[in-house]
Amino acid sequence: MRARFLDGIPLLLALTLGACAQMQPRGTGDLGVVIERESGRVQIVENSGRTSLGIVDGLGDLSHASVVYSRDARYAYVFGRDGGLTKVDLLMRTIVKRVMQAGNSIGGAISQDGTLVAAQNYTPGGVKVFRADTLELVADIPATYGPNRERAKVVGLADAPGNRFVFSLFEAGEIWIADLTDPARPKVDKLTNVGRQPYDGFITPDGRYYLAGLFGDDGLALVDLWHTERGATRILDGYGKGEEKLPVYKMPHLRGWAIAGDTAYLPAIGRHEVLVVDTRHWHEVGRVAVAGQPVFAIARPDGRQVWVNFAFPDNGKVQVIDTETRRVMRTLEPGHAILHLEFTPRGEAVWISARDDDRVLVYDTATLAQIAALPVDGPSGIFFTSRAGRVGF
Amino acid sequence: MRRHRAMVVFALLAASAQGLPASAGAAEEIAAPASARQRELFKLLKHDCGSCHGMRLTGGLGPALTPDALKDKVEANLTATILSGRPNTAMPPWQAFISEPEAAWLVSRMRKGVADAR
Repeated sequence: MRARFLDGIPLLLALTLGACAQMQPRGTGDLGVVIERESGRVQIVENSGRTSLGIVDGLGDLSHASVVYSRDARYAYVFGRDGGLTKVDLLMRTIVKRVMQAGNSIGGAISQDGTLVAAQNYTPGGVKVFRADTLELVADIPATYGPNRERAKVVGLADAPGNRFVFSLFEAGEIWIADLTDPARPKVDKLTNVGRQPYDGFITPDGRYYLAGLFGDDGLALVDLWHTERGATRILDGYGKGEEKLPVYKMPHLRGWAIAGDTAYLPAIGRHEVLVVDTRHWHEVGRVAVAGQPVFAIARPDGRQVWVNFAFPDNGKVQVIDTETRRVMRTLEPGHAILHLEFTPRGEAVWISARDDDRVLVYDTATLAQIAALPVDGPSGIFFTSRAGRVGF
Repeated sequence: MRRHRAMVVFALLAASAQGLPASAGAAEEIAAPASARQRELFKLLKHDCGSCHGMRLTGGLGPALTPDALKDKVEANLTATILSGRPNTAMPPWQAFISEPEAAWLVSRMRKGVADAR
């Protein structure tokens, strides 16, 4: 009853404000959120005119913050490091609701039907599931493992078809598939011994395959979500061929996956390489030597280019890989501490956050020239609403 | 007492590493990096160490490095962990970028807490 009453308020406000000449109704398809990690704020931006529309403050510790969108692309769910989950209205530029749901959290996902938002937590290790409209808790899935009933840190949370959430347990070396068809009674399928220390995971754009990168093993764990009874299989086993791994100053992020045609481009861990993998048979088909240890490898939406950023100390560079020749076609130095990049919905431009320059830079992906810069206080993640309709985002 | 001795030993090491006379009285002064480098190190602590330990060092994939979490830890072990990393964990060695006195300064800075400082 109360929820329904509150739901009406934004509408009422919108109607009232809509009456003013300055406030025209607008869509959200070209909107996005940029995280200001240290100040606990987000900027609402638009990628048609490349401007900032405003700031929403009071979101807590936003280091490692990530965002998913409601399916109407009006609301951003912002997951903070301190366990805060904040629902932000992009149009009104206000916080609709905020809950502290854990002590230490690193991200989340939204269900296929858009009714549930899940947060992946380090402390206490597990997944919590909330109603997307009210942020009311509907399910708590502790990541308890082993004979001593320890709690593992949860990484690599992804939404999968069938209102499922898939995630990995870092200390346990397990992948769990939680079916939230009945949100009050989640059915959890646990795949054990998938490999040591899965550090992140992602799901393919069709929602069929879930992959977890392994920190403690040379390879990735692959789950065919059409056949979970087959368990997880190891792919790219021994890609480092027993060579000493370079020190890893920042864990790669797999969620921004780069799938270009029939190949996936994956950051190698502890190596200055991007691995090229055939996604029909999951075999390695090549490697691209790059300028440092890749953090994100992200495909332009048409799959013709893959853009890569790097861990410290090479985090001032961005490299562009031509997926036809599988070679680096350009090395850019957009600024200091490049943390993230995000393509516009159809990929004519890419937005790049330069944390230590307090700027977000926009590059034209055809000319590879910088075409705009926006002042942002210590920017990290950039999230456009085009994520709202994509599996795994 | 044990911690005190570790600090003195460390200070001596730090001083000798810089080729300066190893007098215990001057150790603290010698160990402290110049203020510009302190700012760099503090940024590195919050953002690069922070990518695993959290920007406020409250923990992440790596453990919390708050004053409370560190209160029973031995100085020399902490600096050794920073410089050499920990095998079979995600903690890398930082000695290519951080000297011994700088690691000691980082430990002292962590013990003060970083939550509210920018």
